[in-house]
Amino acid sequence: MNPQALFVAFSTIVVREVRRFTRIWPQTLLPPAVTMTLYFIIFGNLIGSRVGEMGGFDYMSFIVPGLIMMAVITSSYANVVSSFFSMKFQRSVEELLVSPVPNWIILAGYVTGGMARGLGIGVIVTLLSLAFTRLQIHNLPMVVVTVFLTSALFAVGGFINALLATKFDDVSIVPTFVLTPLTYLGGVFYSIDLLPDFWQGVSMVNPILYMVNGFRYGILGVSDVNPFVSLVMILVFIVVLSAIALKLLARGKGIRH
Amino acid sequence: MTNALEIEGLTKTYGSGFEALKGIDLCVKEGDFFALLGPNGAGKSTTLGIVCSLVTKTAGKVKVFGYDIDTHLSDAKLNLGVVPQEFNFNQFEKVFDIVTIQAGYYGIPLKKAAISAEKYLKKLGLWDKRNTPARMLSGGMKRRLMIARALVHEPKLLILDEPTAGVDIELRRSMWSFLEEMNRQGTTIILTTHYLEEAEALCRNIAIIDHGRIVRNTSKRELLQQLSLETFLLDTETPLAKAPHLDGFECRLGDEGVLEVDVEKGQALNHVFSQLEQQGVKVVSMRTKANRLEELFIRMVESTTPAAESITEGRE
Repeated sequence: MNPQALFVAFSTIVVREVRRFTRIWPQTLLPPAVTMTLYFIIFGNLIGSRVGEMGGFDYMSFIVPGLIMMAVITSSYANVVSSFFSMKFQRSVEELLVSPVPNWIILAGYVTGGMARGLGIGVIVTLLSLAFTRLQIHNLPMVVVTVFLTSALFAVGGFINALLATKFDDVSIVPTFVLTPLTYLGGVFYSIDLLPDFWQGVSMVNPILYMVNGFRYGILGVSDVNPFVSLVMILVFIVVLSAIALKLLARGKGIRH
Repeated sequence: MTNALEIEGLTKTYGSGFEALKGIDLCVKEGDFFALLGPNGAGKSTTLGIVCSLVTKTAGKVKVFGYDIDTHLSDAKLNLGVVPQEFNFNQFEKVFDIVTIQAGYYGIPLKKAAISAEKYLKKLGLWDKRNTPARMLSGGMKRRLMIARALVHEPKLLILDEPTAGVDIELRRSMWSFLEEMNRQGTTIILTTHYLEEAEALCRNIAIIDHGRIVRNTSKRELLQQLSLETFLLDTETPLAKAPHLDGFECRLGDEGVLEVDVEKGQALNHVFSQLEQQGVKVVSMRTKANRLEELFIRMVESTTPAAESITEGRE
């Protein structure tokens, strides 16, 4: 396929993905908006007013970057895992497999589709947060780069999950038992300075801590970890997971007999 | 003439250890209408699955219009259209979208894809349903949708795996006409089918696969010439109490008093009728008991052992 044909194939996958999640917006766009609004009201307003300052900022301002990042992570992941697994389940993935689309275009298309939903949710949650607090961007490039890379990373993760999943239960296991605990323990609601030394050490091996703090640094200018180390870590994870995803695709894992 | 499909020494062993293909050689010429026949589990779908990249082969070579799927997979796929056995489209997408999205996967821009989609949806009688979600279509419409989707990028080789399974007779006939027209226009067609009548009506060359081996690969004419015995069903004017004795022929009364007569190759049917006339039996209609190809197929498959050698004979 020539570069123009490759671009057509890539954009076909992306447009299909965007149309899919916008067609079922009550399942894809509305729930995170509702959930995050509840977080803002309960944790930010009601409980936050009694918590006081965190990291030098009022509690609402402190948790907003973490909540935005949480929404981006879960949506990017969920979009790819559910979409690609549904295609496997309905066997419509065969439409792609019989076509000349190269594996890297398939991966890029699905990851971009996942990013479109993840970043779209990020924008929605950011706009909602403006009803509760004022956002002052400390470092815009850092905000943009961190949120883009994090979204891409979890979209790739969702793709691998979808390839390995053999039943619908497998699609929800990772988000429920891995992503959610890591996100909650990744400094969304607190600074790890509050933890005893041992648990601070444990937190440092949680990759989501770096993403949340990198993003928080971009918005507030404060972080529990070096924000540039965060970026490097995200990039390394993207490269490693993409290589795994391409290897699985080439082997036909879960999609070819 | 170019070969549309060349298969050499193709083997497939699944993870469970089941050996689905045991070294298949097959060649389909450009412009052919070719049938791959075999009982369930014989290896038909595995063979076609490997050609279409839905199944990974264990060993062997596959070329589509000269493009080796190991080294030029993309070029091979560009020449290939696939209609699978089971519905494999997104049931929630609209008919027109399913076809144009498939074109997009082949790198065809939307404008051009829309023209091609309109052409094939109209030819297959689905244009009125273009904005209908696929799940709302009848079974026959879904089959036609898969054919339109397979043709949208104008492939030179069309592979159909049981294309008329579960389709009523009228629709099956109209699909036959469509496929014959496609073949006349130059598209090479390979199909698998359980309706041997379908293979007999449409195909010029036939391969029979059993236990993962090709047991026959020849022209339909050659194959049918090998029939040594046919059974004819004779409807008599008045019902017979018992089967008459006919010199040189086996005969018996079948269901609903129909007279069944076995006629071996070289025997003249006139002798049957003259003897019946002498006995005062008036025949009002006659037909063959079963599809000729079906009889031959059953005999071949029954006599096949896994060790059978593949045979390639004269082809049209």
